Amino acid sequence: MKILVCLGNVPDTTTKVKFGDGKALDKTGVQWIINPWDELALTRAMELKEDAGNPVNSVTVITVGGKDAEPTMRKALAIGADDAIRVDAEPVDAFSVAAQIAEAVKDKNFDIILSGIESSDYNGSMMGGMLAEFLEIPSVSAVSGLELKGSEVELTRDIDGGKEQVTVSAPFVAVVQKGIAKEPRIAAMRGIMMARKKPLNVVPVTPVEPLADYVSFELPQPKPPCKMVDAENVVSLVELLQNEAKVL
Amino acid sequence: MSVLVYTENWDGKFKKATFELVSYAAKVAEMIGSTVSAVSIGKVDETELGKLGNYGADKILKVESENLKSLDNQVYTDILAQAAVAEGAQVIIISHNNTGKAVASRLSVRLKAAVGAGLIKLPVSTEPFTVCKKVFSGKAFANVVLKTDVKVLTLTQNSFELVETENKASVESFAAEVGEPKTVVKDVQKQTGKILLTDAEIVVSGGRGMKSSDNWGVIEELAGVLEAATACSRPVSDEGWRPHEEHTGQTGKIIAPNLYIAAGISGAIQHMAGISSSKCIVAINTDSDAPVFEYADYGIVGDALKVLPALTNAVKEAKNK
Repeated sequence: MKILVCLGNVPDTTTKVKFGDGKALDKTGVQWIINPWDELALTRAMELKEDAGNPVNSVTVITVGGKDAEPTMRKALAIGADDAIRVDAEPVDAFSVAAQIAEAVKDKNFDIILSGIESSDYNGSMMGGMLAEFLEIPSVSAVSGLELKGSEVELTRDIDGGKEQVTVSAPFVAVVQKGIAKEPRIAAMRGIMMARKKPLNVVPVTPVEPLADYVSFELPQPKPPCKMVDAENVVSLVELLQNEAKVL
Repeated sequence: MSVLVYTENWDGKFKKATFELVSYAAKVAEMIGSTVSAVSIGKVDETELGKLGNYGADKILKVESENLKSLDNQVYTDILAQAAVAEGAQVIIISHNNTGKAVASRLSVRLKAAVGAGLIKLPVSTEPFTVCKKVFSGKAFANVVLKTDVKVLTLTQNSFELVETENKASVESFAAEVGEPKTVVKDVQKQTGKILLTDAEIVVSGGRGMKSSDNWGVIEELAGVLEAATACSRPVSDEGWRPHEEHTGQTGKIIAPNLYIAAGISGAIQHMAGISSSKCIVAINTDSDAPVFEYADYGIVGDALKVLPALTNAVKEAKNK
């Protein structure tokens, strides 16, 4: 069984984002990380592979990005992925990223494809489902658990107000969220050493026309300062919520 | 030509969020000079379907089949794609909830339609078709031009007001080809009798400042009088004080209630990313320098364990007036 994990290369969550000319993210000084949900997906993939009872042969990671995405891919290899693929294109919109990944993996016979439910940069939550549609295979969304029972795969997906256990035949895409793994795994020194020798294959771009164009960016308006209410006077807070904010 | 809206049901019933979505679709239809066709998948009775007309659906298409008892992303996408073609949809509107994200993504590829995902307001313009969306987990906004003839928009729950209109809707059966589902549901666990975090208009949330899971009674009491859902920060769910379903924040649930009360939550950027769309934020924290006060509209410096019971009493009194 072969597992593929799709990784987004995103600015660290604590980055103060800036847009030089209002048209694109100013990348100066930005620390890049594996998208947090994708990192959980990779962690689960490693757990599945390491459990000797499971028939998992390999874990491959893939991203769409320029050479500047390679440190993030090396980090994934250090965490334990066997090999990495970088599609050498700037990620523009979810549609073009999904199309690029589909093109790169369609003949590679992956059984399970994992993708995080959202990326912390453009927050679209679309890539995983799009990839499944390009590959014409099933997708299961909001997956918070994935177990292998022999060749059977049992998934837990979140629904409004509950959970469902579902099965689906491979190949499929699982769009995963919190719960899929407890804590993201951190690379150990040995992993970092080994990662240098693991294959990071760069594949050329297939031309894909993005469907959406990010034309400009704005920072939110500064918020008016917080109105402080005395702890002994919560009655006035209730009045403010009723009469000023009108939320009660 | 039409605006197509997918109106999901839960055990045959719609929610307030469904009507928000239809109200939104009606406004978009007005902007492009078109009508609203709603698509309902699965068993919903005529009375319930008719309610969609109160919020601006002109035509209601129902698709019923034994194969539609639970969500299969491909089968649902097939149905919506067929309806979109039959209705000549220019814009397809879907909730940005779990089901919505699952089908909108596939539909985008199927119809080669650009997606505006997780919107919180109406499109900025229709020529070119431009939407404004939050990016970088709420740290910025982006204007995005959707370049295709057909567009898919997903709307964040609780971000659009209900607009009632005169009901002139017709209900029709839509004869879609319904495929065999590939996702097989083996078991379901549902919470009952609780207000869902994603549906709630008011949320009372506790952080590490609550000191122990034994102290959650004061959160639940305030939530009770406010008819609110309860939530928590990540350390609280990681410690196992509260279930993971209650974790709000970047990697947990992302919500947009009218009122979010953060008790004993310091306001880490990851937490605020999940709740920054709240219309009003109240922070209660012993540390007057806690970052949560930078995001809050109203703040109290004090011990949540003492402030919350006082607040519960004050709300009770205000409600009795």
